[in-house]
Amino acid sequence: MAQATMDNRNVSAAGAKAPQLAPAKSRVGPLEFHRRRWLWAVFGVTLALLYMPILSLMVFSFNNSRRNVVWQGFTTDYYIRAWNNASLFEAFINSLTIAVVATIVSTIIGAMIALMLWRFRFPFKPAYEGFMALPIVVPEICMGVAMLTFFGGIGWPSGGPWPLNLSAIMIAHIAFCFPFVAIVVRARLAGFNRELEEASRDLGGNEWQTFRYVIVPFLKPGLVAGALLAFTLSLDDFVITFFTSGPNAITFPVKIYSMVRFSVTPEVNAASTVLILITVIATIIAVRLQSPSAAAQ
Amino acid sequence: MESWRRNPLVFAVLALPGTFWLVAFFLIPLGMVWILSFGEKTSILDIAITWTLANYQRALEPIYLEIIWKSVWISAIATALCLLLAYPIAFLIAFMPPRMKTLLLLAMILPFWINMLIRTYALIAVFRRNGYVNAILEWLWELGNSLLMLVGLGDYHLLGERFVPLPMLYNSFALMVGLVYVFLPFMVLPLYATIERLDKSYLEASLDLGASQVRTFFSVTLPLTMPGVISGIILVFIPCLGAFLIPDLLGGTNAQMIGNVITRQFKEANDWPFGSALSFLLMYVTFAALAIRSLLAGRQPRTGY
Repeated sequence: MAQATMDNRNVSAAGAKAPQLAPAKSRVGPLEFHRRRWLWAVFGVTLALLYMPILSLMVFSFNNSRRNVVWQGFTTDYYIRAWNNASLFEAFINSLTIAVVATIVSTIIGAMIALMLWRFRFPFKPAYEGFMALPIVVPEICMGVAMLTFFGGIGWPSGGPWPLNLSAIMIAHIAFCFPFVAIVVRARLAGFNRELEEASRDLGGNEWQTFRYVIVPFLKPGLVAGALLAFTLSLDDFVITFFTSGPNAITFPVKIYSMVRFSVTPEVNAASTVLILITVIATIIAVRLQSPSAAAQ
Repeated sequence: MESWRRNPLVFAVLALPGTFWLVAFFLIPLGMVWILSFGEKTSILDIAITWTLANYQRALEPIYLEIIWKSVWISAIATALCLLLAYPIAFLIAFMPPRMKTLLLLAMILPFWINMLIRTYALIAVFRRNGYVNAILEWLWELGNSLLMLVGLGDYHLLGERFVPLPMLYNSFALMVGLVYVFLPFMVLPLYATIERLDKSYLEASLDLGASQVRTFFSVTLPLTMPGVISGIILVFIPCLGAFLIPDLLGGTNAQMIGNVITRQFKEANDWPFGSALSFLLMYVTFAALAIRSLLAGRQPRTGY
């Protein structure tokens, strides 16, 4: 998302030095906000509060106790139990399947929309762009309710053999994922030098060849970043899935939700830890691909 | 940019799948909800569209109006807390050297990528009766008690007969913490984006001309970063208002929001027309918020976001 567009203006003499928490001998300059202790204090406390619940959840998933607030010793027992919990495992596989399908389809559709918006001028373009951004701004619950009404109204079969029973969820996920992909890809396209396209044409390349050999290679980091964004969005979604899923199609967040409502259990901690790790790895890859050094190429 | 007329085939191939998908699986569903909101329940399963306004009238009855009002209030306070917390953080990150910037920003937004349900669930473990906070408090209580014993005051039970866990879950406090916890990164990102682009020479000029840091902040920095502040407010306020999961898991019966009422209408109460009317009220609030933003943004120089 927020591409850290680097601005070298504020690399002042003091800023170029490593800004550590270590007390600086010299007086803090008026604009050297990165050396102000109270700002660091706010940042540090917030970061600690943000991470502590998540980290303790992860740590205590290895705790050898059901009443999991006191550390009783290390065990991977709950991971094995979560793995052997058939319905939890099925929900996990369902979530991954939905995420993969939603990622592939929404990356393709989103990239096409981004290319169209980047290349063409057409009547009512601003209105169209607003329309494309709607799934991003509409409250999730409204979209969930809409999906429930829609699939209920047209009688979309929620049953059927796997993975057909997941089709309604997949369709809903694609609908809210691809506008995000379009935004990421369009941001990447903004840096494209149109002369490259013209050069390709001059050298005799046709529409398809230009697309295949010039635009797609350039877009690759944007496509991967967009795909990973769609993947995490789909994997994370609870509200829309909650409304869309029939009784036979349970996804991981929906399953966790029903487990959480009863009590906090180490199995849920273990399963959540696995999902956190998958998400964090995908995020780090996406951020690296979007980093300024990668975008500059 | 070329006109679509010059290459209608390519234009159509690129535009059609996305447009089709959004119309068929987003616009039509929303339209159905909108029509449904003017319907009436005729039996357990049947709904007749009679273009009645009864559902909207019912939404404005005191009991629901109170929940709507409370949702707006809670969202507003949560947004204000996010703003107070996020501004210094975004400011600090924006003034860091480039390499650290990316790192700190990543540290700040990484939790945002973790499943919202899991983050809410993690908060339950922190706040519940035998959760971490109460465990720490109990430990402190025992420590204090043994200290009192040591100085010979143990028989007076100055800290109470026994440790009473604080009820921190299932109330407005937990709901508020949950909302801030989950939506804080939405505030940091737009703020960071505008502060980053802020021309620092304005601040220098203000300080050189003798204004204090506080004065510089309120008369120069804040007005110049207003677009980011507004974006952040919108980005936090709208999802807060529509939140369902956080009040459901952290808030008790007295800390319910519109999201919970809508969900109940669709799941348990099975009153789809009324639920539709409520969710469209939520949509109208959202659109109003977005309209206000674009109005305000129109008067400001454009700054991305």
